[in-house]
Amino acid sequence: MIEVRDLVKVYSLGDTELRALDGVSLTVGDGEFVAVMGASGSGKSTFMNMLGCLDRPTSGEYLLDGVAVGGLSKDRLAELRNRTIGFVFQGFNLLARTSAIENVELPMLYNGMSAGQRREKAMATLAEVGLEGREHHFPNQLSGGQQQRVAIARALVNSPSLIFADEPTGNLDTKTGGEIMRIFCRLNEDKGITVVLVTHELDIAGYARRRIHFRDGRVVEDDRSGGGCR
Amino acid sequence: MSGAIIFSGGGRAPLRPRNTEIVITMYILPTVRIALRALRVNKMRSGLTMLGIIIGVAAVITMLAVGEGARASLAKSVQSLGSNLVLILPGSSTSGGARLGSGNVDTLVIDDVVAMREDCSAVGGVAPIVRGSAQVVYADRNWNTSVLGTDEYFEVVRDWSVVEGRFLTRQDVDGRTKNCVLGTAVVKELFGSDDPVGRVIRIKNVPFTVVGVLAEKGQSPTGQDQDDTIVVAYTTAQTRLFGSTRLNAVMATARSSELLDKAVDQITELLRQRHKIPPGEDDDFSIRNLTEMLAMAEMQTKIMAILLGSVASVSLLVGGIGIMNIMLVSVTERTREIGIRMAVGAKGRDILLQFLIEAVVLSLIGGLIGIALGMGLSALIGRFSDFETQVSVLSVVLSFGFAAAVGIFFGYYPARKAAAMDPIVALRYE
Repeated sequence: MIEVRDLVKVYSLGDTELRALDGVSLTVGDGEFVAVMGASGSGKSTFMNMLGCLDRPTSGEYLLDGVAVGGLSKDRLAELRNRTIGFVFQGFNLLARTSAIENVELPMLYNGMSAGQRREKAMATLAEVGLEGREHHFPNQLSGGQQQRVAIARALVNSPSLIFADEPTGNLDTKTGGEIMRIFCRLNEDKGITVVLVTHELDIAGYARRRIHFRDGRVVEDDRSGGGCR
Repeated sequence: MSGAIIFSGGGRAPLRPRNTEIVITMYILPTVRIALRALRVNKMRSGLTMLGIIIGVAAVITMLAVGEGARASLAKSVQSLGSNLVLILPGSSTSGGARLGSGNVDTLVIDDVVAMREDCSAVGGVAPIVRGSAQVVYADRNWNTSVLGTDEYFEVVRDWSVVEGRFLTRQDVDGRTKNCVLGTAVVKELFGSDDPVGRVIRIKNVPFTVVGVLAEKGQSPTGQDQDDTIVVAYTTAQTRLFGSTRLNAVMATARSSELLDKAVDQITELLRQRHKIPPGEDDDFSIRNLTEMLAMAEMQTKIMAILLGSVASVSLLVGGIGIMNIMLVSVTERTREIGIRMAVGAKGRDILLQFLIEAVVLSLIGGLIGIALGMGLSALIGRFSDFETQVSVLSVVLSFGFAAAVGIFFGYYPARKAAAMDPIVALRYE
């Protein structure tokens, strides 16, 4: 359950101030599939970084499962990102010169799992996203779609309740993008994971059952009609 | 497959590991692997970075090896001299205003030796020394060696016994016999592996009977081969070989190391009295306390070690700065990686530890290479120079520890910098 009230983020660039978020209030319930839409510079990525506990708001309140995130220490935020949140980025953000399985093991390095458990879990999760047999490939030996699957496996491996995806299909062709979107659908429908998707493409946003439009740091439209996975 | 080992119980759940095990297996080991990989990627850079540490550690090892070797050979020569030895040399007298160097005048006579034996309570043994070099011949072999004339006290004073036959006796001294005792080096030159006792050799064309062979003594502190010598009665040496009544030196021992200073005082007083030197005038002899000389030599070795040590520590310091520099570059280069790690849940201290371990791994590998290099260098020095070298376990442990300390000290700042990064800024870094 995500609740934000009057969220404001101000970046100061020398003399000028940029209000990336200008008083955003909304609620995302458990198990929702939400697309956050808007032109570049509309504040949608900033919003996602706030929700993902990567960045702190200038003012306003953010409750994640009833906990006020604003008052948490850096270490507690790291724990939240580790256990309850998974990230998928447009540029995949895999560690170079590091095999697929080691990339997937990365989040488990930081929660005290044994090497054996890590390996087992990473294997299973890679299989889940359809990458059996490619565990020991390096990112530069994988296609874009395969790299994004590795990234999804990495986001999933600690069984999060929330996945944030920032333009996950932005670097992929339409067909591969569709395949990636179907993985998100499956995660949302079969596992009940809340998916928050940032995109500016209408057909990608169509997979979500709720579309929130941003403009100049404000929510201008909250559309719950239609959409969903086919 | 008779040699196969069968493991059982593969499905059993592991016992909960202890805390330190958790830290090592879950934290340190994977981090070390990550560090090694990062270092492998930039082999050239890693190698150059390590160079400072390698040189520093190699210098530490080599310097300690040379110092240790010098100390060991000094200790050996102290033992070879006999303990509490005092050397009395004639000379340093003033003759018409010109001070003569020691050993150039005949101020020491055998009566001085006899008086020392009788009157100096702190003195254990006293032996006169007449020295010269001579050509010696046995059958078709000949050899040039030093001939040492002394009496039966020499054996005690120098703590130097025979391994074969007998040493010289009072009868040899009183009778001016043509008996001699050989050092092992002379035996080797003249007799090879034959038994020399009872044979007759010619010293300066005078026939001498070999009555004994001295034990092997090795090098003196001044680097001479003490075994390359022939010992005869001083009376024989004076009359039959060198034709003079002078004594080149007198060797004496104190009864104990505590009595060393007292022995020197007693000898000085006795000799001044016997030589009728008025108060205020210089001695016509000089006394050298060999233990003191050795202490001085040891001091010089120590100064040398300190000098080399400072060079080594400067090198380690420079090496450390090199590591810091490269780690700072590495942190900047891998900002995105840091961002990714933070996004998936790495805390500040995880990142700190990772970069710290990387710096330490770098310095420790450098340390290991440096230790190997230092050992090789020490072996080469030991083989191809006059220095003896000895690599001690302590020096290896010490330099390895130093390398680790340098890694931690100079790796901390870059690691802190990495750990303090803002995840979102790091993630967006291009």
